[in-house]
Amino acid sequence: MVPLSYYLVLSGILFACGVAGFLIKRNIITIFMSIELMLNGVNLSFVAFAAQWHALSGQVFVFFVMVVAAAEAAVGLAIIIAVYRTRATLNVDKVDLLKL
Amino acid sequence: MTPNLHLWLIPILPLIGATINGLFGKRFSRQTVSGIAWTFSGAAFAMALWVVSQFSSLVLPYTEHLSPWIQAGAFHADFGFYLDQLTLIMLLIVTGVGLLIHIYSVGYMWEEGGFYRFFSYLNLFLFFMLTLILASNYLVMFIGWEGVGLASYLLIGFWFTKDSAASAGKKAFIVNRIGDFGFLLALFLIIQHFGSLDFTQVTSAVMPYGIEASGGFLTAIAILLMVGACGKSAQIPLYVWLPDAMEGPTPVSALIHAATMVTAGVYMVSRSHAIFERAPIALTIVAIIGTLTAFLAATIGITQTDIKKVLAYSTVSQLGYMFMACGVAAFSAGIFHLMTHAFFKGLLFLAAGSVIHSVGGEQDMRKMGGLRKKIPWTFWTMTAATFAIAGIPGLSGFFSKDEILWRAYQASWIYWLIGVITAFITSFYMFRLWFMTFFGEYRGEAESGHSHDAHASHGHGQGGIHESPKVMLIPLVILAFLSVFGGYVGVPGSLGGGNHFDQFLAPVFHSTIPSTSAEQATGVENAPPEQTTEGAEPNTGHSTELLFTGISVCAGFLGLFLAWLLYYKRPQLPQEIAVGLGGLYRGVVNKYYVDEIYAAVFVKPLIGISRGVFWHGVDQHVIDATLDDSAAGAREISGVVRRMQSGNLRSYAGWIAIGAAAVIVYMVWVGTR
Repeated sequence: MVPLSYYLVLSGILFACGVAGFLIKRNIITIFMSIELMLNGVNLSFVAFAAQWHALSGQVFVFFVMVVAAAEAAVGLAIIIAVYRTRATLNVDKVDLLKL
Repeated sequence: MTPNLHLWLIPILPLIGATINGLFGKRFSRQTVSGIAWTFSGAAFAMALWVVSQFSSLVLPYTEHLSPWIQAGAFHADFGFYLDQLTLIMLLIVTGVGLLIHIYSVGYMWEEGGFYRFFSYLNLFLFFMLTLILASNYLVMFIGWEGVGLASYLLIGFWFTKDSAASAGKKAFIVNRIGDFGFLLALFLIIQHFGSLDFTQVTSAVMPYGIEASGGFLTAIAILLMVGACGKSAQIPLYVWLPDAMEGPTPVSALIHAATMVTAGVYMVSRSHAIFERAPIALTIVAIIGTLTAFLAATIGITQTDIKKVLAYSTVSQLGYMFMACGVAAFSAGIFHLMTHAFFKGLLFLAAGSVIHSVGGEQDMRKMGGLRKKIPWTFWTMTAATFAIAGIPGLSGFFSKDEILWRAYQASWIYWLIGVITAFITSFYMFRLWFMTFFGEYRGEAESGHSHDAHASHGHGQGGIHESPKVMLIPLVILAFLSVFGGYVGVPGSLGGGNHFDQFLAPVFHSTIPSTSAEQATGVENAPPEQTTEGAEPNTGHSTELLFTGISVCAGFLGLFLAWLLYYKRPQLPQEIAVGLGGLYRGVVNKYYVDEIYAAVFVKPLIGISRGVFWHGVDQHVIDATLDDSAAGAREISGVVRRMQSGNLRSYAGWIAIGAAAVIVYMVWVGTR
């Protein structure tokens, strides 16, 4: 049995990678993927706790997170396509006017 | 059984007219506008006549309480109306002269712009004036008092595009404010001491008080009321607005600034006679103010060349007579003169308006002359008024002025002496006006000289001197009739009359000082002369009174003779006299520099303080600065905070990450402590 702390450390590393990627990268697609990474880091800690305490609610929560992430991917990618069509760029630093 | 008179209808009728004309008049034709104005002022006059017909069956004073207005603890003031002999006379004067002037105005104003506006204001004035005289307490009177001031302001500034008219309106309003302030203070004192503003209640509350030998609160109330009267009735030191008020249309000068509104002060003092009779010091002040005003205004009148200005100073002077009468507690004589003055001065202004109309807007008498043949109707009516005001025997002004002078003599010979001298001056300047306008050669430009000033629109195309239309002449004739015969209601006993006017007013004026306090009064040195009823008048007085009548008649004829000599026989003589008098003449012609002194003493410092302290100091450096500085502070802070809102997604994320990290560090720190 792998101890809980391993999962949690991995989860923290994944989350930190997501945050770092979010802050460092300029490409909007990469940033998007960083968000997914953070979500999955959190998911990992949820299931780890669920297994540790033998409680199903953690696993149910993970499904909710995945549903939201799927919806977010659909909307987010649509926005990205729209931005690319108007700006012809995916660099977030060039998309800072808060308007078209 | 006292019939219900519905007195409230009398003021309301002109208000309805004012409202209709004011709201919709712009779309009406001139005929409709004048029809509405006539209907409602005529209806008010008809109501007044109806009240006269019911008068004998009334229990006086008749009061009407419409509704409560202010209730605060024990104090309450109602909307109510009050009718007694004094009110009745004022009512007839205001509605009667008002109606005549409405009729006249249609002719006079026909060519002017803002026709509906004029009649709306005129009806509005009637509403407020009737409220003033019909009021049953001082507060309702104050509504009318302020309202006529407003109407006066609106009508003086009727040609508001003309700068002088607009500022004359403001001057009248502001000077009146000073007087109104005194009036208001008097009302506060009355409330404080009597707990009511109702005329009947105040009068009965005053009853127990004896005559105040030295100053007391009654004296203070009376003096403050007099300050109010000074403002409204153009007495020294607040008379300066009235001559400037001549900027308004001439019918307005006739109605408001000669016949009715300016007499409101006299009416108010007479209405408060119970207070004044108990305050001999205040009475003396009233008499002195009246006498001085009568004299000084008359002297200024000699030198004026604008026909309306002469009449304006004459009005101030005649009002001075009325206050002289009030000041010697001869209230009925004052009201008598008020009535005859309303007739002949109203007529003088209307006739002067007719003259101005006929010569195409010229107001300078030096450019008139020889108009006697050209405008005979105006000439004859004006003659009647001139003879009446000059005190030529048999005409209305003679009786009323004589009554005042006789009463004044009973109080002090000084009042009488100045009064007679003033009567002489009055006669002189009035006949000067008469001779300069109607006799000699026409001195104006041969053909239409009307290209300047507000009456320019009177230019009738063909120009030339022409008689005014009938609609203007009929009021002139009626007023001329009243000016000639109006005095016969009050022929004094010494001339074989019954002095009916005095007796008619007797219940109003003779009943307030009970005999006990009247006896006390005789013990006081400077008490007012006791109100002598007709029967009690000493028989020896008749011959003396006749002597004094003779003297004032002589003064009148002397004025006529002098004016004839100077302005008809030898027209170049006045110029030489003026040069000979030098500085004195310059002083008089410049109205004793009163306007300049007021400007230097009051207006300039006030403007200086307003500009330096209140505008640049308080307004700009305190009020504006507070606002501006707080706005600038907000802008600076936002300038700093704004940088966070860069629109850069990653910097937001960075802030969130930093915040989250800070929260975690805090939690860990709390957890491990």
